Amino acid sequence: MTTTSGRTNTPATQYKVVGTRPIRHDGADKVTGRARYGLDFNVVGLLHGKILRSPHVHARIKSIDTSAAEKLPGVKAVVTARDFPANPKGQPIDFAEAGADVRVLAENIMAGRVVLYQGHAVAAVAATNEHIAEEALGLIKVEYEVLPALLDVRESMKPDAPLIHEKLTTFFTKDRQGRGENTGVKSNIATHLQFKRGDLATGFKEAHVVVEREFTTSMVHQGYIEPYVSTGQWGKDGRITVWTSTQNPFGIRASTAAILGVPESTVKVVSMEIGGGFGGKQPAYLDPVAAMLSKKSGRPVKIVMTRKEVFDSTGPASGSYLRCKIGATKDGRITAAELYLAYEAGAFPGSPIAGGAMSSFGPYKVENMMVEGYDVVVNKPKVQAYRAPGQPQTNFAVESVVDELAQKLGIDPLEFRIKNATDEGDLMPSGMVFPPMGLKQLEEAMKNHDHYKTPLTGPNRGRGIAVGYRFNGGGVSSATINVNDDGTVALVTGSVDIGGTRTSVAMQAAEVLGLRAEDVTPTVVDTDSIGWTGTTAGSRVTFDTGLAAITTAEEVKRLMIARAAKIWEVPPAEVAFKDGVFTSLKNPNDKLTFKQLAARLRATGGPVTASAINGSTGVGPIFAGNIIDVEVDPETGKVQILRCTAFMDAGKAVHPSYVEGQLQGGTAQGIGWALNEEYFLTKEGGMANSTFLDYRMPTALDLPLIDTVLIEVPNPRHPFGLRGVGEVPIVPPPAALANAIARATGARLTKLPMKPGTIWEAVEAHKAATKTKK
Amino acid sequence: MQAFEYVSAKSVGEAVGVLSQHGEGARLMAGGTDVLVQLRAGRRPQVKVLVDVKGIGELNELSYNDRQGLIIGAAVPCYRIYEDPTVIKRYPGIVDSASIIGSVQIQGRASLGGNICNATPSADGIPPLIALGAVCIIAGPNNSRRELPLEQLFAGPGRTTLQNGEMLISVRVPPPPANSGAQYLRFTPRNEMDIAVAGVGAAITLNAAKNTFVSGRVVLAAVAPIPLLVPAAGQALAGKPVNDETIGKAAEAAVAAAVPITDMRGTIEYRKHLVGVLTRRALQGAIQRAKGV
Amino acid sequence: MADKVRVQSTINEETVDFLCEPRQSLLETLRDVLGMTGTKEGCNDGNCGACTVIIDGRMVTSCLVLGVEASGKKIETIEGVSQPDHLHPIQQAFLEGAALQCGICTPGFIMASKALLQVEPKPSEERIRLWLAGNLCRCTGYDKIVRSVQSAATKMSGERR
Repeated sequence: MTTTSGRTNTPATQYKVVGTRPIRHDGADKVTGRARYGLDFNVVGLLHGKILRSPHVHARIKSIDTSAAEKLPGVKAVVTARDFPANPKGQPIDFAEAGADVRVLAENIMAGRVVLYQGHAVAAVAATNEHIAEEALGLIKVEYEVLPALLDVRESMKPDAPLIHEKLTTFFTKDRQGRGENTGVKSNIATHLQFKRGDLATGFKEAHVVVEREFTTSMVHQGYIEPYVSTGQWGKDGRITVWTSTQNPFGIRASTAAILGVPESTVKVVSMEIGGGFGGKQPAYLDPVAAMLSKKSGRPVKIVMTRKEVFDSTGPASGSYLRCKIGATKDGRITAAELYLAYEAGAFPGSPIAGGAMSSFGPYKVENMMVEGYDVVVNKPKVQAYRAPGQPQTNFAVESVVDELAQKLGIDPLEFRIKNATDEGDLMPSGMVFPPMGLKQLEEAMKNHDHYKTPLTGPNRGRGIAVGYRFNGGGVSSATINVNDDGTVALVTGSVDIGGTRTSVAMQAAEVLGLRAEDVTPTVVDTDSIGWTGTTAGSRVTFDTGLAAITTAEEVKRLMIARAAKIWEVPPAEVAFKDGVFTSLKNPNDKLTFKQLAARLRATGGPVTASAINGSTGVGPIFAGNIIDVEVDPETGKVQILRCTAFMDAGKAVHPSYVEGQLQGGTAQGIGWALNEEYFLTKEGGMANSTFLDYRMPTALDLPLIDTVLIEVPNPRHPFGLRGVGEVPIVPPPAALANAIARATGARLTKLPMKPGTIWEAVEAHKAATKTKK
Repeated sequence: MQAFEYVSAKSVGEAVGVLSQHGEGARLMAGGTDVLVQLRAGRRPQVKVLVDVKGIGELNELSYNDRQGLIIGAAVPCYRIYEDPTVIKRYPGIVDSASIIGSVQIQGRASLGGNICNATPSADGIPPLIALGAVCIIAGPNNSRRELPLEQLFAGPGRTTLQNGEMLISVRVPPPPANSGAQYLRFTPRNEMDIAVAGVGAAITLNAAKNTFVSGRVVLAAVAPIPLLVPAAGQALAGKPVNDETIGKAAEAAVAAAVPITDMRGTIEYRKHLVGVLTRRALQGAIQRAKGV
Repeated sequence: MADKVRVQSTINEETVDFLCEPRQSLLETLRDVLGMTGTKEGCNDGNCGACTVIIDGRMVTSCLVLGVEASGKKIETIEGVSQPDHLHPIQQAFLEGAALQCGICTPGFIMASKALLQVEPKPSEERIRLWLAGNLCRCTGYDKIVRSVQSAATKMSGERR
């Protein structure tokens, strides 16, 4: 067994709570089965909904006949696109018009005129149980006229390709966030993004060695274990309640209201516990449908997707085509770098090309650089965020080429990276300036780690490294703290807890108030019970909601000081608060612990309660790296991971166990993406492998222990120095594995997934090519 | 899932009666790990009655004697097979397959009988049984019984040669000859919880000096419409010395016999290549076991 | 619709009578008929292990068992694992070892780990990984789960001594 998780660069303990490892607050409920997930919601009178989905990849809906389904005993309601006000007649979407998003959302959850991917919803049924609802689906008759399908991003980009949306035109932008200018050119390319600086031709002329390669990656899924689920209830008073597992309750509220054509304030979203999301559980697929079925039936309606529906009909991550070219001088200085990326958006625009482009050359100082990205619609499900959206794809290309470049120059791949590493003050690919960050410390930690220093021996074995970068934007969170009589506090937020953030946020409030983590009771509440709060995504909750909790706790502290001052009849400025004790500066014998003061609140002016939001500062940059050793069976192409060490600059790990968990889990997902996961398409273009059996996510037996190293270079944007740790760990594994396989076999894999058959073919081709050379 | 009636049969006669009465509308269930998935996915719409055979004593038999060999009742779950000391000692090739079908959870329910009757070309349970010369014991209407070499049971993907009203009672595996050994190997991208891209079951008998093959049987999974016995591979072994050349010839014969398709699990070329690799490895493993290494 | 069938079973050491349709899985029966939602549904085809329960001492995926098959069986679910006043050592180890993130797979992992430690009190890392290969976790990368099972095994064998 490898060593247990280790840490480096940890500064002397300056905090009492932050950096410790308390038991998570929701832990007992989750290990005993008491925690209530969206899946577990039930209420008297509940109906069960099912959705009829298109068997075709691209087709015109000629007619839908629901009459037989409506007559089946037990069926209480049937809906189609006509029931939804946002796009009642299924008119083509005019993408040039502002506010097109609701139309896209509405069309994506229930097709009106055209189905754009296999699994696109066309009708829904509510019945007294799920089996009857399923039988009813079989009684709905839909007539389709099958249309030509586009399934490959390069095919779809061709000027003569059929148009998936007749009104879609290409926008050109140089800004990571802006939509850019409408070129007016009708195309399946929704956006062309360009980041450019210096002069590529000059840079490549300066280079002694240039490596250029093409890469492709398959569409992959987040693979959360709890399927999509939602229960909707349309009350007789017109108020709508949705109980669901979502990362983004306020987003679900907004889009549900918009699709249903009702004021946002009439919709309440109750966040149930959520069984994984990884970016994928943000859009509303089921909520408006459940609500509409409820309106028609007069009863609450619950819809649970099957696993096949989750794969076919929710948002996976883009498949991609990439081309990367990097040049360097003999002594290992990068002189120019170019990256081309074309991402599958699926049926509607919106692939994460900006994320991919921003991440790309982030770890490298490059004077002459060009990144061009294309967001391209194809007849596949509309993509959604998946952990560091768009970034594993570009990292796979860039870090593979960097590795090959270092190999050709005869320079140690880590030395090469350290030599070219960016630092505070350098430019990101987007042109923004890097704030303080820990890339160099991370790469030094990798270089000095026992794993890197221990030689790897034996045939068919190779070691690969890669470094990944992500810039986290951040957003708004609200928090409320109520002080209890017994000296504990209740912390209320709207941030859905997807992996332990109740505790990591509560710990920050506890730190400010001089309490133990256990003295803070964190609760996540519905959208009527807390201020607007952004989504649980973008590596932002521990950072942003933590900031909101800190700000709120500071206000509680101020109010508690004022109360102590009132009791002691001194000005608040003459009350100190340290280590959980209030002291009068004038008369140091006047002391009250937080608990003692809390007990006196109601008698001395009433309870203390405070609310605040975080000032949104943007979470900032974060880096992660992998060292992975593999052994490849040259006869079968199968990869076994012998050893894996994952590194990350966490800024400050609030709860190190859960930061390690993010690093390990993200690494595992990256390994799955690299080695086996893919949307394997049938001849018709649907997903052939839409089960957990055939999608092949890693099991416990496919992974080694994942050793973690947390580096802590404080983030100046947060009082405790945190960075957003959730996403970046998924970025480096595909490239690290490709580099390890290249060093084990001599064959460079440029296609994800690097499944055994693909590796075997590459190894055979490499053998043949080597023979020819000799 | 479609509605169906559930019958927990207590005797072979009762089960055969339901099968005879309902024809295609009745389906037997042992562990249920295939049939329930198929019903839920709407792949067996004709089924109106599900007959649970776990309550039939004969189908739960797992016994061995030196005369007739090993009897594996059709409803015996995998775990009973691979935890049985006699099977572990005398039939490690069967342990190979019974212990890789699905997860440990699945192995708590799934039977080799169900694996056989489900008749998928990729079934892991079947090749080692055919390689070891297993015979099916089949019951039919009017208390009839017949025996059939297992390799003759398969008609195509998901189809057997069982007639209306017939059911598999058990398989009988002959006692292993002296100096014999068997192994089943499959190739899967994941280490467990996966379906074979290709699989090879090999059973061989050596002479007393353990340097010459007396006989051998090689059976392939996932590379033909049915589990495929390759007689040519056996012929390549019989009477030949135990060396890499002989093994290579048998592997070549196996590759030549394989007729795989290209699908999400692999291409034709890759699968044929794997048949060669796995045949060599399974034969080597079988030899080691025959030598008692 | 086929008629509902009356089933008598022992669930977490209590005799339970219920009615279910033949087509209802044990998972569906536990969750929807009996309101025992601790057992989770992840795939409904036996490939994720979230619905793992123990029947007559043997772990199975309850989505691939019919409710009617529970008749006369002894069933253990996550709801019966802890004691009135304390958690089971495996549950405690999962909490202390941060072996869960979203927690949806956790009941299945705990049931599978319990089944393992009942038959093998001191399993190796490799053995734990093989035994748990039928339980998918997408959050943790399994590292902390494997370590927590090891730590529970150590603690439980200590208690037995």
